[in-house]
Amino acid sequence: MQLYVVDDNISAKTGAGTLIVIPALNEERSIGRVIAELRRSCPQADLLVVDDGSTDQTASVAAQAGAPTLILPFNIGVGGAMRAGYRYALRHGYDSVVQVDADGQHDTSYIGALLLGLRDCDLVIGARFAGEGEYCARGPRRWAMRLLAVTLSALAGRRLTDVTSGFRAANRRAIEVFAEHYPAEYLGDTIESIVIALRAGCRVSQTPVAMRARTEGTASQSPLRASVYLLRACAALGLALVRRWDLS
Amino acid sequence: MTAYTLGLIGAAVTLLVVFEMLRRRMLREKYAVFWVFLAVLIAVVAVFPGLLAAAARLTGVQVPANLLFFVASLVLLAVNVQLSTEICRLEDRTRALAEELAMVRLRQDQAERSGAGRR
Repeated sequence: MQLYVVDDNISAKTGAGTLIVIPALNEERSIGRVIAELRRSCPQADLLVVDDGSTDQTASVAAQAGAPTLILPFNIGVGGAMRAGYRYALRHGYDSVVQVDADGQHDTSYIGALLLGLRDCDLVIGARFAGEGEYCARGPRRWAMRLLAVTLSALAGRRLTDVTSGFRAANRRAIEVFAEHYPAEYLGDTIESIVIALRAGCRVSQTPVAMRARTEGTASQSPLRASVYLLRACAALGLALVRRWDLS
Repeated sequence: MTAYTLGLIGAAVTLLVVFEMLRRRMLREKYAVFWVFLAVLIAVVAVFPGLLAAAARLTGVQVPANLLFFVASLVLLAVNVQLSTEICRLEDRTRALAEELAMVRLRQDQAERSGAGRR
């Protein structure tokens, strides 16, 4: 039985541990499956679904599955949803946060490996391309990913191959940074958040994961859309590097 | 109609509209001040066209009206940029409010449920 955060006294006690945050936008068909899978693979972790203004039954499906759900009154983007999740984690005193997509793309059996990585790092990214699984991209999209990977690896002082992955784990230090600054900009939830973590002095590393094929399949695979993605990714990265954040 | 009367009419209409919006509380003083200032400036230029001509000579612009258009478009651009930043700030605030609201709602939900469980 999942322990609910009932009131302040109890929440302080149940808080210590891992919180799995699942940002969800119109995922009524997969969210139930993801929650059930998480219960099986990480029974000791608490779950938090962040419903980012879904117009379908995502929130009620999540509630029926017994997961506490933050229901945002309107869509504010993955960045906003995640910041809400990190704030929740900070207020309830969790030691670590694992971020998992609601579409079932992330294989939850790798969460243990992500958390293991937190032993000597503040932010661990679950990376495709790093040996496991058979995800591949081509053309401009691949160049964009290479460019981002090379730049961020240089900044991190460690090899990062898949910086756009939304499958990641953060410890207390990174939670504190993200609860304050989790950008709502395009690609901010992935690239810029890593840059912010690095600039705040967090150690960032990656661990190889396999990902399942997305059910929607071939989004942004056309050369034109991939090129636009490349441009926007460059702009996002450039801005992330020069933007002023009050990082203490 | 001369440019002189046109300028005066423009200034008067601006002042009237701004005043009426203030009266209906559709515009707050901090935004009105700027538009009133601008209307007065237009009126001054309309009444003393020599000012504009002198300014054009000083800046080396051949046709005084062109200087007017140039300055006017710069001013409007500046206002737009300022409004964009204002919208950004408002968006940030609504985003923060949405996050807070969701958290308060969840907490209340849980409190109600645990209250029902105890009864």
